[in-house]
Parts: sequence; C-alpha cells; structure tokens
Amino acid sequence: MSSQSFVTILKEWDIVAARQMGREIAKQLGFGTVDQARITTAISELARNIYLYAGEGQISFEVVESLEQKGIKIVATDSGPGIQDLSLVMQDGYTTSGGLGAGLPGVRRLMDEFDMESEVGQGTRIVTTKWVR
Amino acid sequence: MNRDLRDIAIDNSDEIIQAWLKEINKLKGVNYTEDISTELYDSNNQEFVNVIFHSIRGNGSTRIIKDFSDRIIQLGWPLSYIIDGLLVFRKVSVNSILTNLEEIDGESTNEIIRNVDSWVEPIIRQLVNEYSVSWEQVVSLQRIALQELSAPLIPVMDNITIMPLIGTIDTERAKFIMENLLEGVMRHNAEVVLIDITGVPVVDTMVAHHLFQATEAVRLLGAKCILVGIRPEIAQTIVNLGINFSNLPTKSTLKKGFMLALEITNKSIIETDNKSESIEDLLGIDKGVKEGRENTNLKTT
Repeated sequence: MSSQSFVTILKEWDIVAARQMGREIAKQLGFGTVDQARITTAISELARNIYLYAGEGQISFEVVESLEQKGIKIVATDSGPGIQDLSLVMQDGYTTSGGLGAGLPGVRRLMDEFDMESEVGQGTRIVTTKWVR
Repeated sequence: MNRDLRDIAIDNSDEIIQAWLKEINKLKGVNYTEDISTELYDSNNQEFVNVIFHSIRGNGSTRIIKDFSDRIIQLGWPLSYIIDGLLVFRKVSVNSILTNLEEIDGESTNEIIRNVDSWVEPIIRQLVNEYSVSWEQVVSLQRIALQELSAPLIPVMDNITIMPLIGTIDTERAKFIMENLLEGVMRHNAEVVLIDITGVPVVDTMVAHHLFQATEAVRLLGAKCILVGIRPEIAQTIVNLGINFSNLPTKSTLKKGFMLALEITNKSIIETDNKSESIEDLLGIDKGVKEGRENTNLKTT
C-alpha cells in the first residue's frame, strides 16, 4: 500500500513547500519531533541540491508500509548535469558551490536508507527512506 | 446591424436584467459568495448589471467600470463572482436578443454572439486586470513588510545586541541578516551579538553556512557572536549532518546566552537589598522619595 505526492522544485521557495509537505506527511505517520526535524532537513538538502545544481527537478513522497513497519520514502529526481564521482560527493566537506559540503553525506546519516544513481548529462535520482521507530 | 443589436439589448434591458438576476441568484451557493447577506448581494447585483449596461451604452467607457471595480475589490468580492456574472450576462442577453429578433438564420446567431462578446470582453479584461493589479500591490507591500521584519537588531544594553530570527532563511534573507548584523555592530558599538534561532524551523547546511559567514564577518569587526535558541531536535539534526559548530559559542536559550554576554562584557546583574514594595516603586513613578531605589541594579565591575 502506498500513496504518493510530489513538489516541483524550480524556485528557492519551492524548497520550503517540499519541506512543509514532507513534515506534514511525517507528522501523520507518527514520527517524533526529532525525526520530523531530521526528515525536513534531509528534504531541505535534497531540494536545495536540485535548486542549486540542476535548476529544476522533483521531490516526491511515498508512504511505504510493510507488515512490520511503515515509513516515508523521499525520491529526488532531476535531469541536471549529473554527478561524476559518486564517492566524492559522499565525502564530508566536498563542495563545488562554496558551501559546507555536508549535504548528501548528512542526508545519509539523517535517514535510514539511502540510494543514489546518477549519469553525467542525464540527471540524478536519490531515493531515501526513514522508518517509524 | 451592429447598432440594431445594441439597441435591441438596451430596449430589452429590463427583461435581460430580470433574467440575469434570476440566474445569478442561483449561483450564490457555488461562487464563494454564500457568506454575503441577501440584501447586500441583491443591491450589488443591481449595481453590477447597471454598470454592464452603462458600459454597453457608453460604448467602451472605462470610468464607471473602474469605480465599480475599485469598490468591490475593496469590499473583497471574489473574482469568480464577476466572471460568473459576465458569463451569465452573455448567455442571457444572447437569448433575449434571439427571441426579440424577427428574422433569425444561422448567420445572425453568429453575429449576435460576436456582438455580445465584443461588449462583454472589454469589461472582463478590465475587471480581471484591476483585480490582478490589486493583488500584485498586496504582494509587493507584504514583501516589503516581510523584509522589514526579516533581520531585526535590538540593542539591549551597552555593547550587547540581540538579533531574533523567526521563520525560514533563504539566500536573500541571509544577505539581509549579514548586512543588518554588520551595520548594527558598527552603529550600536556592540561587543557581543546574540543570534536567536528559536523561531527558525529548519537548520540545514545552507542556513548553517550563512550563519558561519555572518559570525565570521562579525568577528572581523572585533565583536563576538553567540548563537542561542538551539532546540534539542535541531541540535541532533546538526550533529547528524556533521556540521562543526565548535568555532561558534552556542547556548540553548537566550537567557543563558545573555548571561554569557554579560560575562564577556564584564558586567553582572546584582540584586540590591532594599526591595521595592509596590509596583509604583518599581516603575519609579514616585521619583522624589525613592531615588536610588531600584530592584535590580546594573553594575559594571
């Protein structure tokens, strides 16, 4: 069973819209305030990456439920320039925009599951899940 | 032909108005106007239809539409009411002209519809335009109001200044924060600036990065920043993100941050022995007698 909704990222304020939608879904799923903050921050990072590097993309939310547990699955897709070296961007402190370089490795630590696929010139797709404890 | 159709419409204006009022009353439930009292609704309808006819008679006079739109925009009538009203008017007047025209063929129906459209369209265009202009005005005013609130700086004591931040921080606002912070440090001759992020919903790497830059700039001016109002969930998120805040003194609450600021500026709050009995004393209303009696006294050591 799953339900899906998404936010298109084009302007900087779309990041806030994505964040709010994610927080709302997380709240309904019964995540605590700390996990809500983690999820919103992760969405913020993913959406900002889309805004900064790809210019346009999508953040979609999916409620995933299995017999034992349920959770929120966040999928960030864009058709931007793509990432050349996946292991490099997962290193703390690596940045091309003068930021802190904590975004993607941070998201992996904030969430439970993290998967990234990217092709240069094609775009990037990041799937990440957080389970309700 | 053109003139004739207009005349027919004007000659039968009573009939058209009646039919229009009947139709528009049916729409009351669906076009967001159900909260409006029936009397007000009726009188506004009456005025609206008169405005339409005025405009048809005046052959494109915009003055009367402008007055009408100014008024209904101010009263907050929904745009859907206007659009519905004009579409209904179009339908009703086409019907009325058709029934009052002696000879009808396919060509004349087209002619009528084209004519009625040419009367109604300019009104729709103008009213929609008036509405959107008024919305844009509201948005830009709110933008200015928001900007004024975005990075306030409050000097609380000599050398100590507070910047309370509430709401989302985007790049534009981050720039404002930096500018206001630096300008304020110079103007108030601040030694310590407390940045309160209690009201910031999400602290991600971008927000942290901007805070770092701002505090570093403040440090270059010779002042010190203390970050206060870090909620427990924000603290955990920051740790998960792996952001290193160790270069920046932080405190959980504004109160604790203020104490630290007092320490840094070599100040302390001491309680005096002679407690004031009444609120008048505290406020210092009876100044002549109670001179020098203050509940808390600030002492520079």
